[in-house]
Amino acid sequence: MTHPMRTHPDKAAEFIADAERTRWHDQALWFVRAKRDKAAHSLPEWEHLREVASRIKDHTMSRLADYLEEFERNLRGLGAHVHWARDPREHNEIVLGILQKHGARNIVKSKSMLTEECHLNPFLESQGLAVVDTDLGERIVQLRREAPSHIVLPAIHIKKEEVGDLFHRHLGTAAGATDPQYLTEAARRDLREKFMTADAGITGVNFAVAETGGLVVCTNEGNADLGVSLPKLHIACMGIEKMIPRVQDLGVFLRLLARSATGQPITTYTSHFHGPIAGGELHVVLLDNGRSDVLREGDFRRSLNCIRCGACMNTCPVYRRSGGHSYGVTVPGPIGSILAPSRDPRRHSSLPYACSLCGSCTDVCPVKIDLHNQLLTWRREIARRKLLPVSKRVGMKLAGVVLRNTWLYSMLGKLFRRAVPRLPRFLLYSRLNVWGRQRELPPVPRRSFREIYGDRHDKPR
Amino acid sequence: MTSRDDILRLVRESSPERVDLPTLDGPWIEYGDPRAQFTACMEAVGGRVAFLRGLDEVNAEMGKRPEYTDAVKVVSTVSGVGRSAVDCDLIQDPHELEDIDVAILPGKLAVAENAAVWVQAEGLKHRALYFICQHLVLILPANRMVDNMHQAYEELDASSSGAFGRRGFGLFISGPSKTADIEQSLVIGAHGPRSLSVFFVDDDSSSEP
Repeated sequence: MTHPMRTHPDKAAEFIADAERTRWHDQALWFVRAKRDKAAHSLPEWEHLREVASRIKDHTMSRLADYLEEFERNLRGLGAHVHWARDPREHNEIVLGILQKHGARNIVKSKSMLTEECHLNPFLESQGLAVVDTDLGERIVQLRREAPSHIVLPAIHIKKEEVGDLFHRHLGTAAGATDPQYLTEAARRDLREKFMTADAGITGVNFAVAETGGLVVCTNEGNADLGVSLPKLHIACMGIEKMIPRVQDLGVFLRLLARSATGQPITTYTSHFHGPIAGGELHVVLLDNGRSDVLREGDFRRSLNCIRCGACMNTCPVYRRSGGHSYGVTVPGPIGSILAPSRDPRRHSSLPYACSLCGSCTDVCPVKIDLHNQLLTWRREIARRKLLPVSKRVGMKLAGVVLRNTWLYSMLGKLFRRAVPRLPRFLLYSRLNVWGRQRELPPVPRRSFREIYGDRHDKPR
Repeated sequence: MTSRDDILRLVRESSPERVDLPTLDGPWIEYGDPRAQFTACMEAVGGRVAFLRGLDEVNAEMGKRPEYTDAVKVVSTVSGVGRSAVDCDLIQDPHELEDIDVAILPGKLAVAENAAVWVQAEGLKHRALYFICQHLVLILPANRMVDNMHQAYEELDASSSGAFGRRGFGLFISGPSKTADIEQSLVIGAHGPRSLSVFFVDDDSSSEP
């Protein structure tokens, strides 16, 4: 684990030190973004769909408590158990309690960012349980003892040569093998065994339907389904914001989710669970962990509408060139840079600045979250709470003084135009010039715009 | 105060002013040739589609492909298709399905826009069958196709069985199991079936298990 107080620029600097890899990462994500565009353009009603999805979510958030109660009632009616957790500690204790009651020791888990948020795996392992992530990307990062770097493509930062080495060590594949087909086959064989010996399956939840008590889980591999169709115990972990009111609303969200995420028209498997497997048990754990706080703070409320498609990451020029791990949080990228400061503004104060305010994230978001506006709002909030680093605080203050004072501005401009071309490089690009670390200053003009304009104005026509 | 009450109280206190729930009227996409759309879409995700006149043709079609002709253990719940070597209902533990080569199961509804087929496990003893078999075959009547997902949910909600969205397990399947987690290279056959064939038949008698 990285040191918590290292900022996004610190960690991003490590990532971009390898220029070749940065370019490769950037291109891989842009490829996914391009597929998303193609899928979105295949539907003439795309913009209308986004609008409807956004309004369904806004509505749901305005009546969330009612829907949670309705959902709970219907779930119970289907014979499922419902648990509520205020924070990750309580969540993990609940999950452990259920597993222990059933004497479960081997657990298979499909992709769930919520269990990452709660650090469920290390907790269960510390209690002597074996947890295997079954999504191939998640399995790869689990074997590497890393966190996912992307919410949909957990291993997007890893090259096939590295997967080959990893599988050679852990799964006994041939040394030097890099063929994805061969490596995937090896993982399939290994994970089949885990599926066959699992005592319980844990899944996330993509959508929870209030009117029926149904859970919808989307995967391409079929790992979630296999994991909860062999054992008798299914534990589904979800944030309280996953709620949607009606079955019909699924039509809207399922049309948007996979197209936005990977450019697929739909995921291979879209499973609808209504109650437990025959003779088994279904437990649903509902987690708050600060979500109700976000709901209260109007500025960032709409970040709760997120359906975790990852489109904002794939399109983000900063994410693509700095990698998911540079954010130091479970959900990276634009949406993560809004969610993380909501939880701990001091620790994550650098994230709203990992953004060029280009607005591309807002354009691709399937539920129309105004991501770049919220990031800008966070910057203001961070400045207001005095969480900016000293260099930025002093710099901003100085800039404020200079920009407010016409005389001072002209005078300093004149001084700089004279001094800069004469200053030696080591002074000009000293540690204070953060901007100049990766960039060359533009050539300094001899005269300012104001001076040139003044000349013209004075001249008779 | 329990966590439940605590969370519900916090959420209730924090909720913004009521926003209305939108209607889902569309307009949503419809296709001049839904079958062509379904086929193109299914082939793009690595599945196979055939529109056939009856179950005899399904058997004939399956007779052409080695994954079916070489199969040792076949489960079919569509009477008249395949030679079912295993009676799924007699198996107590779904783990015993591990070595099933081919599963032939009924589909309920096809969606043209994304080549998804709705299947419902009612009457099927082990839902694991959809995922654990090496090759999956879905059979449904050709007239059970809608253009888009909105129509699909309307249809399923109104279906005579009434089972959808109220009990049990059902899912949309679109293509064979796949992953692109290693450098975005598409690999078919991640954990679940390595292939999917969807056979549409004109003969309605075939559809129900």
